[in-house]
Amino acid sequence: MAATGIGGVTRRRMLGAGAAVLAAPAVPTLAQAGSGAQSGAAGGTTMPVTLKVNGKARQLNLDPRTTLLDALREHLHLTGSKKGCDHGQCGACTIIVDGRRINACLTLAVMHEGDEIVTIEGLGTADKLHPMQRAFVTHDGYQCGYCTPGQICSAVAMLDEIEAGIPSYVTSDLNDVSYSDHEVRERMSGNICRCAAYSNIVAAIRDVAKADAA
Amino acid sequence: MRPFTFERATSPAQAAQAAASLQGARFIAGGTNLLDLMKLQIETPTHLIDVNPLKLDRIEPTKEGGLRIGALVRNTDLAADKRVRRDYAVLSRALLSGASGQLRNKATTAGNLLQRTRCPYFYDTTKPCNKRSPGAGCAAIKGFSRNLAIMGVSDACIATHPSDMAVAMRLLDASVDVVRPDGSERSLPIADFHRLPGDTPHVETALAPGELIVSVTLPKPLGGTHVYRKVRDRASYAFAVVSVAAVFGKDGDGHFAFGGIAPKPWRVAFADDAAKQGAKAVADAALAGAITTHENAFKQDLIGRTLAAVYDQREARR
Repeated sequence: MAATGIGGVTRRRMLGAGAAVLAAPAVPTLAQAGSGAQSGAAGGTTMPVTLKVNGKARQLNLDPRTTLLDALREHLHLTGSKKGCDHGQCGACTIIVDGRRINACLTLAVMHEGDEIVTIEGLGTADKLHPMQRAFVTHDGYQCGYCTPGQICSAVAMLDEIEAGIPSYVTSDLNDVSYSDHEVRERMSGNICRCAAYSNIVAAIRDVAKADAA
Repeated sequence: MRPFTFERATSPAQAAQAAASLQGARFIAGGTNLLDLMKLQIETPTHLIDVNPLKLDRIEPTKEGGLRIGALVRNTDLAADKRVRRDYAVLSRALLSGASGQLRNKATTAGNLLQRTRCPYFYDTTKPCNKRSPGAGCAAIKGFSRNLAIMGVSDACIATHPSDMAVAMRLLDASVDVVRPDGSERSLPIADFHRLPGDTPHVETALAPGELIVSVTLPKPLGGTHVYRKVRDRASYAFAVVSVAAVFGKDGDGHFAFGGIAPKPWRVAFADDAAKQGAKAVADAALAGAITTHENAFKQDLIGRTLAAVYDQREARR
């Protein structure tokens, strides 16, 4: 039976129409971004920048306003990193830069000349999943999946932070840092999952942490 | 975002000179607050000076027995530094109570001091705000003021300074070291760094045009028991409704600073004097002269209760 919405419109059609409505205002925004820049450092509209993305040097000429997230998604077509809030509140854009997780939406691409960037595409592939990707599948650590690339990049770098002895708000002795589910919940608070798959996300991360410790 | 030109700084003096010579120029370090505000066109710089190439990212001991923290030391690295964990635990705790793991990896020591208020009317460009548009009026005073300031406010502005780190820095009597456009240096006590709003709430710090923070210096450790307690609307990743930083000495003396209640990290000498009389006396001294709205008057009681919990935490650690 086809899912039928108000007035006989199917859910799929509704979603299609919704997407078109959402896409429309994006067009003038992109046009402004392409034509409005006064000048880059040398007086042109763009600046050259070289990013090392997932092991490969990528040269780009960018409007200095381009965030690292937009450089990855719109210019390098690495659409695994997601744009959720675009204000650093949701964590969907989390990537790993020089070994550290950051919000790609709150940094300019031109501030990352020569930096080593790892996105979800660089962690694993469909044929060869990263252990964290496999654990998310095993534990059903998502529902819609939109926050998942950010959750996984964040979780991988977060376990490295525990390994490095970096304390958190819930660490009782600042000089004795170790894994616990409580620590994971605090440390992953920058990644929102509106489907609320949190308990399964914690289970997935716990599996990887245990395997790392073994 | 409005268009801007972009340059990478080559030295602190060059950066300060460049910032002073071009109206509309701003420094960018971590960028987590500035870019957020640029996307909303609340900040509209015409030129950005990226100070990250200056490598001001070291934490070094001083002759006086303190620590000099480079302006670009990330919040994560400052909180995790072994000397900070051992000698300035209240600073580690304050840093770790702020933002998210991702943001702490990017946010810098100097940028944290310079972050703008999270007053909802400062963020809402359809409402008047004296901080955003001097002279426009303040929608907050008669508006949704639950999270706003009760100390040091004026008729023009009741915004809070949102930082946790700055509250600990204020408690520890840090000083802020800056380079001027002519290349000379000066240092100012953190007590004098943030300004109260008065009738010019858009002027938030004592920095002159072009002045660049290069480090923040902590005096020698106070010793004692360090506590940072933050009350917020969710368990993690939220700004303080109120916060209390405290250092207790062995003989019962105490030092206190407060977040979430004022346009700057709040510290009152009389509050320290009342330490031996307990939480209520400290709260009364700290909140003398409070000006509240019907929505944020509860912060007075909340400071008292948070102080009581801070005293309990001290007992637990003895």
